[in-house]
Amino acid sequence: MLRVVHYINQFFAGLGGEEKADLKPEVRSGPVGPGRLLQSLLQGKGEVVATLICGDTYFAEQPEEACRRLADLLFTLKADLMLAGPAFASGRYGLACGEVARMALNELTIPAVAAMHPENPGVQAAAAGAYIVPCGSSAASMKEALPPLLAFGIKLAGGSALSPDVDGYLPRGIRKNVTADLPAAVRAVNMVLAKIAGRPFTSEIPLPQFDRVTPAPPVPDIRQATVALVTESGLVPAGNPDRIESSRASHFARYSIGGLRGFAPGEFESVHGGYSTDFANADPNRLVPLDIARRLQGAGGIAGLYDYYFTTVGNGTSVQNAQAFGREIAAEIRSCGVKAAILTAT
Amino acid sequence: MAKELEREGIPTVLLCNIVPIALTVGANRIVPTRGIQYPTGDPSLSREREEAWREHLLMTALKALETPVTGPTVFPPDPKE
Repeated sequence: MLRVVHYINQFFAGLGGEEKADLKPEVRSGPVGPGRLLQSLLQGKGEVVATLICGDTYFAEQPEEACRRLADLLFTLKADLMLAGPAFASGRYGLACGEVARMALNELTIPAVAAMHPENPGVQAAAAGAYIVPCGSSAASMKEALPPLLAFGIKLAGGSALSPDVDGYLPRGIRKNVTADLPAAVRAVNMVLAKIAGRPFTSEIPLPQFDRVTPAPPVPDIRQATVALVTESGLVPAGNPDRIESSRASHFARYSIGGLRGFAPGEFESVHGGYSTDFANADPNRLVPLDIARRLQGAGGIAGLYDYYFTTVGNGTSVQNAQAFGREIAAEIRSCGVKAAILTAT
Repeated sequence: MAKELEREGIPTVLLCNIVPIALTVGANRIVPTRGIQYPTGDPSLSREREEAWREHLLMTALKALETPVTGPTVFPPDPKE
């Protein structure tokens, strides 16, 4: 008999809505809420021995503490399988389900699966190793969501071979070595021939999807415009006062260029870890063209430069972080009347 | 970052060396430069000629900011400058 433990939030436990969302982790014996349906789907193959419950806000505000408490509870239950959710499109619940599934698998080596909508932010746990099966976006699809969750969970607990293609869970970004029937050159040529002939083919390497941004309208007359200088080249004041990381930057910084006619070597330096910074440190204007921008300003080529330049390190920095930096910079300079930006990249 | 600035309505010119990446990611105004380590320089030149090159790059960039585009567009500087 498979010992199944089920994780749900305060809402699905029937304890309340937002007013109970700060509920601390607790355990109930047997199935609760959607767990009753899981119990009936198990049809004698197992038993929902306990239900772990935690408020969504409690989890979201202290995920590490919540995970630790839930791990302590789960540890005593001798589970063969942990199921979390379904969280549907609920963000906080999805984050909790993903984290709980990750914790059970990675920390307690208990087979664990969460279910949520593929666009739930909780799917990020998949990149950390959690198994997540997709489901609909609302609780109206509960009946459709539970059977695949349980079926995959039973398969995982049984230890049978798994792949996202066969089993339908969301890819975890893990590459496995397999033996192909044909050498790479033959497969590549076959793919090209299929493409030319308009036949369907499947790439062996998933390509990243980049969205397209509608271009901003141009500046009517740049001589009337205040311009901001932005860079991902890692140019910072000597000593790197805000400790921008040399790779995988977690933040950007802004530094005053008020009164500066250019970047002086020794006063500014690059902390970028992805290229040799010798040329840049010898003349930092090679990274951010402050000297010439000032001359153009003096000659009327632009109306002015924004008083600060913005800098970070674009070396292995996540797209998500870079997007956030861009949005924050945009919000600041827009409110200060800046009409255009010059962004230098290494 | 260039895309997010453009998304917020701020025309943004990206000066960079690896143009294929800029095009793939979808930067809308791109000015190609001479080296990864010096987007607005060229250490092989004398100081005077390097500053002239930087000025030419910047003028090309300013022109890009004044130009309407419909998608990722490359504004090549004059290599003789």
